[in-house]
Amino acid sequence: MTFFVITLIKAALWAAAILLSLLYLQWIERKVIAHVQLRLGPSRVGPHGLLQPLADVMKLLLKEDLTPAGAHKFLYLLAPFLAVSLALVPVVVLPFGPEVEVFGVRTALHLADLNIGVLFLLAVTSLGVYGTALAGWASNSKYALLGALRSSAQMISYELPMAIAVVAPLLLANTLSLQGLAEAQGGYYGGWIPRWNVFQLPAPQIFGCVIFLISGFAETNRVPFDLPEAENELVAGFHTEYSSLKFASFFMAEYANMITSCAFATVLFFGAWQPLWPEAKGSGYFPTLLFGLAGLVALYHGLHPARPKDRITLPVVALAFFGLAAVFLIPVVRPVLLPVFWFVLKAGSLLFTFMWVRATLPRFRYDQLMAFTWKFLFPVAMVNLLATGLLVAVYGK
Amino acid sequence: MGPHQTTRTVLNMGPQHPSTHGVLRLLLELDGEIIVKAEPDIGYLHTGIEKQCEDKTYQQVVPLTDRVDYLANLSNNLCYCLAVERLLGLEIPPMAQWMRVMLTELTRISSHLVWLGTHAMDTGAMSVFLYCFREREDLLRIFEMFSGQRMMTSYFRVGGLALEPPRGWDQPIRAFLDAFPEHLEQYEGLLTANPIWLLRTKGVGVVPAGELVNLGVTGPMLRAAGLAWDIRKAEPYSAYDRFEFEVPTRTEGDVYARYQVRVDEMRQSARIARQALDGMPSGPWAADAPKVVLPDREKMKTQMEALIHHFKIIYEGFKVPEGEVYQAIESPRGELGYYVVSDGSAKPYRVHIHGPSYGNLQSTARMIQGRMIADVIASLGSMDFVLGDVDR
Repeated sequence: MTFFVITLIKAALWAAAILLSLLYLQWIERKVIAHVQLRLGPSRVGPHGLLQPLADVMKLLLKEDLTPAGAHKFLYLLAPFLAVSLALVPVVVLPFGPEVEVFGVRTALHLADLNIGVLFLLAVTSLGVYGTALAGWASNSKYALLGALRSSAQMISYELPMAIAVVAPLLLANTLSLQGLAEAQGGYYGGWIPRWNVFQLPAPQIFGCVIFLISGFAETNRVPFDLPEAENELVAGFHTEYSSLKFASFFMAEYANMITSCAFATVLFFGAWQPLWPEAKGSGYFPTLLFGLAGLVALYHGLHPARPKDRITLPVVALAFFGLAAVFLIPVVRPVLLPVFWFVLKAGSLLFTFMWVRATLPRFRYDQLMAFTWKFLFPVAMVNLLATGLLVAVYGK
Repeated sequence: MGPHQTTRTVLNMGPQHPSTHGVLRLLLELDGEIIVKAEPDIGYLHTGIEKQCEDKTYQQVVPLTDRVDYLANLSNNLCYCLAVERLLGLEIPPMAQWMRVMLTELTRISSHLVWLGTHAMDTGAMSVFLYCFREREDLLRIFEMFSGQRMMTSYFRVGGLALEPPRGWDQPIRAFLDAFPEHLEQYEGLLTANPIWLLRTKGVGVVPAGELVNLGVTGPMLRAAGLAWDIRKAEPYSAYDRFEFEVPTRTEGDVYARYQVRVDEMRQSARIARQALDGMPSGPWAADAPKVVLPDREKMKTQMEALIHHFKIIYEGFKVPEGEVYQAIESPRGELGYYVVSDGSAKPYRVHIHGPSYGNLQSTARMIQGRMIADVIASLGSMDFVLGDVDR
C-alpha cells in the first residue's frame, strides 16, 4: 500500500516538474538566444516575460485546429500524440538521486529502476522517429514529406554512433541499470577528481561523451542538425501543416527530447547526481552558497536600480533566492534536494550548451550530415568502443 | 509504374517562402532532394515604377527611385540624378559630389550588411543577422539625420542634395567608421573559418565568368568569378576617380567567393567614406541653376525672381532638353543603369531602369540544377537580389 502511495506522489511530482520545465525551458531558450543576439527576448507578459509560456499555451489552445485536405486523418492525429508521449516516457527511468529516507520512509528518487534501463531509454527515444515520419507522410504536403524523409534518415543514422557511444560507459560500469550506472560513478580520485565516466580510469570517455552529445544534437533535430525543420529550406519541415495543440505537441516533444538527451548524457558520463567534489569537503553547502550569492547580486542591483521598478522587483527576487538558499540548509529535505540539485545543474549546463550552439552555428547540408555520421562519427565511436573494451579487459575494473 | 521507376516531385517554392527574399517563385523539379530542373518565376512584386515615372515631373521621379531597390535607395537616387543632370548639362559643386560618394558608399555597406545577415540566417546562423542589423541601425540613423527618412531618403536631387547637411553631421559617421572595422572582424569570426559555413558555401553555385557575362550578371557576383569589372573604376562618375580604393576579386566563382568579395567591399567602402569625410570640400551643396534647383527659403521670401522660380519649379517642373541618355553606376548589386528619354517637356518621355538584380537572377537555374535543396538557399542568398529591383 505504502508503495503505491509513494509511487503516486513521486509520479505526480515528476510529471509536474517535467511539464513545468518543458514550458520554462522554452522561455529560457528564448531569453538565452535573445541575450546572445543583443535582444531582450520575451519581456511583455509578466515580469521579464515570465508568463510568456502561459500566454503561448493559451494562444495555441485557441488557434484553429486544421487538417489539410487529403491528409490521412488517423495517422495525422496519431503522429503528434506518438511524438509527445514517447518523448515524455523516458523520465520514468532517469535516476535523480540515490535511495533516501524522507520522514522515516526509505525510497528511491526515480520512478522505476529497470535492470535494462539503458536499453529501454534507447528503445523509447528511437521510437520517436515514428511521430516525425508519420507526421510528414500523413500531412499530404511536399515540404512536410521532405522534412520527414530527412528526419527519418538522420535520426536512424545518428542512432548508431549514439548507441555505440553508450556502450563504452556500460563496459566500465558493468550494468544496464541507470541507477547502477550512477552509483558506479561515485567516489573520487585523490579525494578531489570525481570518478565520473568522462574521467573514469582505465578508459576516460571524453571522445564517447563528445560523440554522444553530437548525436544528441542530431537526434533532437537541433542546430547544426536541424535540417528536418530547416525553416529557410522546408518552411517548417515535418510539422508544416500542423496547427494549434498538435503543433504544440511537436514543440513539447522536441524540448522533452532535449531534456532526455541531456539527462541521459549526465547519467552516462557526468556521474548523474554525484557532486562535483566530496560531500565531506563541503560540496553540500554549494547550493546554499550559489543561491545566496545570486540573492546578494540581486539585492545589490535592487539597491542601485537601473529602472525605478527594480527597487521593488529585485529585492523580491533576492528574497526568493535567499529562501532557496535556506531550504538547502533544512536537514530533513537535504538528502532529497542535494542529488536533485547536482543532477539539474549538470543537465542544465548541457541544455545551455544546446541553446548556445543554436545561436551560433549554421546548419549542415543533408548529404554532408550523412557523410559526417557515416564517415566520421561512426568509425570514431567504433574505435572508442574497441579501445575502451581493450583497456577494461587489460586493466580490469 | 514499375518497381524501378522513380517519380519526380514538382515543388513550388515561393512566392510565400521564408527565404526567397521577397516574392520570388521557384518551380523545382526534384528527384529526391536533387534538383533536376529549376525555373524562376518573377513578377509578383511588379510596381509599375517605370511607367509611373512618365507622369511625374523630373524632380518628382526621385522618390520613386527610392522604391526600386529599397536596400540601396541612395544608389538609385544618384543614378537617376546623374542621368538627368547629363541631359541638362549641369555642373555639380564638389561638396555635393563628395557627399554623394560618401553616402552611396555608406548605402553599399548597409545593403551588404542586410545581405550578410540574411544570407547567414538562410544557412542557419541566426545571430549574424541581428549583429548586422545593429550595425545597419547606426547607418539608418545617419540617413535619417541627413534626410529625415530612414530608408526612403530621396536625399539626392537633380542639381545636388535635397537639404543642407545638418550641423555636426560628421560626428556619427566618424563614430560609425571607427567602430565598423572591428565589428566586421567579429562577424567574419563567426563565419569565415567556420567549417560548417565552408562546407555549405565552397564549391556551391559555381558559374564560370564567361557564362555570367552572357547571362547579364554584374557586380560582386562577376568579381567573385575573376572579372574585375567595377563601373566606379571603369567609367568613374561623381568624382570617384579622385578616391583611392581597390576592387576586390576572387577567382573561384562560388558562394564563398561572393561572400569574401562582399565583405572586402564593405572594407573598401568604409575606406572611401573615410576619405570623403576627411577631405570634404566646402562650398555650396547644390548647383547654381535657379531654373532647376529650388531657391532657399530666405531668397524666396525676399527676391521676386526667386519666388517666380520656386513657383515655376513646383507647378511646372523644369524642362529638359530633348535627347536620351544612359547612365550606369555601380550599385551594391552590380550595374545599375537609368535610361532617360526626354521629349523636351517637364516630364520624362521614358525612364527605363536596368536593375542589376534582374541580370543576377538569370543565373539561378544554371547555379542550382543538379544540386540539393539546401544549395538553392545558399545560392539564392549569394545572389543578393531585391525583388523590387527585378520587377520594377
